[in-house]
Amino acid sequence: MELTRFFLIGIFFGIVLTKAEAVSWYRIYEMFQFQSFHMYGIIGTALFFGLLGIQIIKKFKIKDYNGFPIQIIDKEKGFWRYIIGGILFGLGWALVGCCPGPIFILLGTGTYAIAVVLLGALLGTYIYGLLKDKLPH
Amino acid sequence: MEVILGTWHWAISGFLISIVMLVLIYFGKSFGMSSNLRTMCSMAGAAKFSDFFKLDWREQKWSLAIVLGAFVGGFIAFHFLSNVTGVNLNPETIQNLSLLHIDAPNGKLMPDAIFSIATLQSPKGFAILLTGGLLIGFGSRYAGGCTSGHAISGLSNLQFPSLVAVIGFFIGGLVMAHFILPYIF
Repeated sequence: MELTRFFLIGIFFGIVLTKAEAVSWYRIYEMFQFQSFHMYGIIGTALFFGLLGIQIIKKFKIKDYNGFPIQIIDKEKGFWRYIIGGILFGLGWALVGCCPGPIFILLGTGTYAIAVVLLGALLGTYIYGLLKDKLPH
Repeated sequence: MEVILGTWHWAISGFLISIVMLVLIYFGKSFGMSSNLRTMCSMAGAAKFSDFFKLDWREQKWSLAIVLGAFVGGFIAFHFLSNVTGVNLNPETIQNLSLLHIDAPNGKLMPDAIFSIATLQSPKGFAILLTGGLLIGFGSRYAGGCTSGHAISGLSNLQFPSLVAVIGFFIGGLVMAHFILPYIF
């Protein structure tokens, strides 16, 4: 069943992020205080190998699982959306120490209070949908 | 075994995260977690109120499967792959936190001051959690991605919009951590 592989990838992702403590409010706070290299090391290493992997894919025109050429879509053009959206996201990230992926992972670890963060995140997404045509992008 | 039960080294963790992204690319997908919030709103019927949610959530089942997996992964890691030796913060950080009346980790991932059931039952505690969520949800959709979509996937693909987004993430995070948290706690 095709969904199984994504479910397994998710389990792997959840384990790695939990063991790396990237889901920890404490680690995010420490990161924004520049008091440890840990989180920067994680993101930097992920970027290093991610960049390497994508460059290899492009150079050797590697095909995906279904035999199609891999095309990584460019992000939509814009500016205000990235800087304003980014800042708002960053404020939330530092306030509750998590981002969308960790929200679900933390529920798994038994941090039930995250359910309120999830509720807020869903509401925030919904509000964006209602307001988006009135916002600069 | 101790190596597995303690904090995983950042280089190994970062490498494994890049593998997640590359494996997803290999399966013809992309690595991005915030889109699931939009999918969930669509599933809940938000399309009635905004075209933004007019999407076929069935096409996103693969991503929802990742979310479910992540939940299970968190469960497994917490219950079977951990001991109390983790979250070894810089001692200065722990001192800063005590000034904010935030409890030291002692092996916990999250502070009780923000995430305990008692805190969430207080109006202020609930408001902090909800507001954090609102900012994350609104911000990530407005920016079209979060740390996975922009900081990892976007920057790996040398996307300038992702650099702008990540700069935004840091501006917001630094402002909150340095100027706003001291007022809240």
